[in-house]
Amino acid sequence: MATIYIDNVPYEVKDGENLLQACLSVGKNLTYFCWHPALHSVGACRQCAVIRYRDENDTRGRIVMACMEPVADQARISIDAPEAKKFRAQNIESLMINHPHDCPVCDEGGECHLQDMTVMSGHNYRRYRFKKRTHLNQYLGPFLHHEMNRCIQCYRCVRFYNDYAEGKDFGVFAAHDDVYFGRYEPGVLENEFSGNLVEVCPTGVFTDKTLRKRYTRKWDLTNAPSICHQCGLGCNIIASERYGSLRRILNRYNGDVNGYFICDRGRFGYEYVNSQRRIQHALKQEPAGQWQGLKKDTAIREIRNRIRAAKRVIGIGSPRASLESNFLLRELAGAEHFYAGVSEKESRLIKEVLHILRHSGVRTPSLKETETYDAIFVIGEDVTNTAPRLALSLRQAAKNQPKEKAKALKIADWNDAAIREVIQGQKGPLFIAAPYATRLDDAALATHQAHPDEIARLAFAVAHHVDAAAADAELPEKAKAFARQVADALVAAKKPLIVAGTSLYSPSLIHAAANVAMALKKAGKEAGLTYTVPEVNSMGLMMMTDQYLEQAFEQVYSGQADMVIVVENDLYRRLPADQVDEFFRKAGTVVVLDSIAHRTGEHAHFVLPAGTFAESSGTVVNNEGRAQRFFQVYQPRNDIQSTWKWLQAFVEKEQLAAANLDDVIQQLTMAYPELEGVREAAPGAQFRVGTQKIPREPHRYSGRTAMLAHINVSEPKPPEDPDSPLSFTMEGYVGTPPAPLTPFFWSPGWNSVQAVNRYQQEVGGMLRGGNPGRRLIEANGSSLQYFTDIPAAFHPDNFHWNIVPAYHIFGSDELSALSEPLQERIPALYLALSPADAQALQLQPGQQAELNVSGQTLRLPVVIRPDLPGGYVLVPKGWEATAGWLFPVQSSLKPMQV
Amino acid sequence: MISHLRSLWLVFKHMFHKRETVQYPEEKPYLPPRWRGRIVLTRDPDGMERCVACYLCAAACPVDCISLQATEDENGRRYPEFFRINFSRCIFCGYCEDACPTYAIQLIPDFEMAEYDRQNLVYEKEHLLISGQGKYHGYNFYRVAGVDAGVKPKGGGEKESEPVDVRKLLP
Ligand code: SF4
Ligand code: SF4
Ligand code: SF4
Ligand code: SF4
Ligand code: FES
Repeated sequence: MATIYIDNVPYEVKDGENLLQACLSVGKNLTYFCWHPALHSVGACRQCAVIRYRDENDTRGRIVMACMEPVADQARISIDAPEAKKFRAQNIESLMINHPHDCPVCDEGGECHLQDMTVMSGHNYRRYRFKKRTHLNQYLGPFLHHEMNRCIQCYRCVRFYNDYAEGKDFGVFAAHDDVYFGRYEPGVLENEFSGNLVEVCPTGVFTDKTLRKRYTRKWDLTNAPSICHQCGLGCNIIASERYGSLRRILNRYNGDVNGYFICDRGRFGYEYVNSQRRIQHALKQEPAGQWQGLKKDTAIREIRNRIRAAKRVIGIGSPRASLESNFLLRELAGAEHFYAGVSEKESRLIKEVLHILRHSGVRTPSLKETETYDAIFVIGEDVTNTAPRLALSLRQAAKNQPKEKAKALKIADWNDAAIREVIQGQKGPLFIAAPYATRLDDAALATHQAHPDEIARLAFAVAHHVDAAAADAELPEKAKAFARQVADALVAAKKPLIVAGTSLYSPSLIHAAANVAMALKKAGKEAGLTYTVPEVNSMGLMMMTDQYLEQAFEQVYSGQADMVIVVENDLYRRLPADQVDEFFRKAGTVVVLDSIAHRTGEHAHFVLPAGTFAESSGTVVNNEGRAQRFFQVYQPRNDIQSTWKWLQAFVEKEQLAAANLDDVIQQLTMAYPELEGVREAAPGAQFRVGTQKIPREPHRYSGRTAMLAHINVSEPKPPEDPDSPLSFTMEGYVGTPPAPLTPFFWSPGWNSVQAVNRYQQEVGGMLRGGNPGRRLIEANGSSLQYFTDIPAAFHPDNFHWNIVPAYHIFGSDELSALSEPLQERIPALYLALSPADAQALQLQPGQQAELNVSGQTLRLPVVIRPDLPGGYVLVPKGWEATAGWLFPVQSSLKPMQV
Repeated sequence: MISHLRSLWLVFKHMFHKRETVQYPEEKPYLPPRWRGRIVLTRDPDGMERCVACYLCAAACPVDCISLQATEDENGRRYPEFFRINFSRCIFCGYCEDACPTYAIQLIPDFEMAEYDRQNLVYEKEHLLISGQGKYHGYNFYRVAGVDAGVKPKGGGEKESEPVDVRKLLP
């Protein structure tokens, strides 16, 4: 800690920061553009000028850029000195010389950092009377709108896109005051994190195209703190609604999880919520093929009668449903008849992950914590496509070792430009072994492509290198050298991190990763171990049951169960179609609760409209074992509601039938002591600030007395939320609510997302009152023995080709793939193979190849990938035709007969 | 006693004063042009809707009786998809007109809006949009804005230079 004097008032601030950060942390208003808490300082915009004095006798001082000056004990500065104020007002005036007269039609308006800073600096009248320079815009794809005239040349966009996210197709062009930020030529921005430009750019140059289609100002949105449901990482998001449709997703800062950034799947993949495929009403199918709509009460009554009449009801849960929804299903069907709605293969994998997390003694870091590791070994994961946000963190971690050089030169952590000068693009020890070249490979020191079994063997060998007590595997020459290089680098590091996951469906790979991590821990390293999991609540679901889908099928085949309730699950994405067909033929009465119409729903006798994350509240557990609460954004005007609310109608238990979310969680934690932390994931519904609820709407929310006036001029009573301390109105507490209950970031004078500064204990640090979410699992002891299930070496088989799943950020996830803006980015299904294999099979790129997977014939266009070593082929995972395959699958392979 | 007599005298005197009661509706009062009466949406000099759907009027409205939704035409010109004012809530304060950056929304000297059914006081865009410019003439926001909305190309404005050639590095 250091004491600095700002305008003669002493403040305690943290050492090692810069003065701008310090001023903002103590709650001062100081204007800035180019500095960003995650991108740090370059001193480019000259907007953060303050006066710095030598000592208390110095009355003149000198103007310095606060973001480029380190905090020093007893430093004296002035923000309010007339010279400093004048400097900042003049600086902004010159930045604004060419600024267009756009605010009314600019999507940034009302949440524009430039507007905020202009007002803050006091520049309020345009004196410049000459011509403005103009720019042409570029088409940047379905996610971002480009309006280059509004640029103030702060360079944040390139610093994020090129330096932080390491994108390659963006840059700065031209010279002097003509500089232009965009692509070499118009086209889709390729980087998976491009959407963050919406928040990083302090002006309206980059705005959200999905919002633009039905644009709404920030002050008119109804918001809720939510959790992204599009992968297993559970990034924190703000979801916003107007007029009954979901309008946009923003990053919600969580200092432990996603920090300032989320991926494009999470940001732009929300539109399935508004999709045509949403189920809007209760439906009944009887006789088969004839659908009729049902009133809510009728549906409940009829289903209740069926449940009473049934011999045995079984419940099939889902990894994309909340803990609460799964729990109510379990209560309804009984613990012994509640099944995780995933295949045996997948359920065993996640059980293994849980087992290792609980007992290996190796810490599983939070997403943000992964950025503190200094050597990384990724085993088998295409991280950018299976757990996108993690890839961005790994990129930062990979820079840690090169950064040591800058540290040795006593360059402060925040001095971004200087650090980059020192590093000169040098790569840190990031190693990736995967079945194909991944999007993260460009950041890696070395990569290795091999069949999943070979990767597992390689990882076993690495563990053996680190600790000879661990089982060893014989490797081919090339792999041997790679294994040695990786092992040496991991041992040389202070904090090595092992990343693996479930994406290749290989238990031995998961074991091998644990071996490496445990060996490193034994060698005295502060090792970390991160597993990615397939879905938002995969972990939570497997913490609730050991039973899997095939066992549920067995119940039906044996005639013991005659009624099935399926919750938020398309079983055709879990098991091969012939098996699921067979199941439905025998299943008796089928009730499906889901938000989206799908193949499973077609077999139902009753379909109930469940809410998506936007219409439900609940808790999910991410890959790290962190329980996180998401809250309903708005109350739909039809029968759509949370799955757990529907299920309440059928549960006999009195404590559950009329319970609110808190009561359900109470019962849940009683049944599962390990889930105790779920209660602390967010304050309960009784929580108030003083006596006030927390409004989902900003205090400037408009149109309340007109938005529904066309239906009825008398305004309806606003809906109530019995499940949370959030209200569906604009009335209530204005200020900083507890972090898990923050529906939007706003503070007087700070209308943009950068108001988040005011919600943090110190800028860029923890949110006030602690970051949201509770970790349910902590590594304890080290009771695990080394695993020894080394798979046999892989031998290609030209009659049974091994098909390995390939992942795509846009396409592999079930729900986001239904979102229109994403669809443009989803590749058509393909079959990828190595050049040598293609030649041997006489396949040309683009030609159709014929596959035969579990009795089903599929024709796919051929793609040739030079990165593949050969012997196996790739097919994208998650497309409707491939979703139900139980990887690794085998197939014959031949050119299509013409 | 004295005060009673005084009152009687004053009332009596009024019998010879000029009458203030106006025989409305036969006789219409004069309303100054800046009278804040019925709200209209005006058009720009080119005959297009002036409103750019910026939502500022809605935000300014103290009774929140304006609601609209922005949309865009094929040229990227933003305009309101619907625009609704609930006149049964409106207090004719004129804040919306004050807030409007395009002169689109204007209050005019017309107050004859009474209805028997309150529902009829809900006006949609087709009830609000007039064919003229209203009180303020000659202003077209899209002529001075930086965006290309089909009104003028980039750099085609009076105070704009030609778009920069980004491949040029000359000083
Ligand atoms: S970037 Fe900000 S200041 Fe510029 S036009 Fe947009 S809203 Fe206005
Ligand atoms: S485009 Fe935005 S982020 Fe990039 S330099 Fe311009 S104002 Fe800054
Ligand atoms: S990384 Fe996963 S959780 Fe995070 S935003 Fe992307 S899809 Fe959502
Ligand atoms: S303030 Fe004017 S331009 Fe903006 S929405 Fe209202 S009427 Fe339209
Ligand atoms: S913020 Fe300090 S110079 Fe830009």
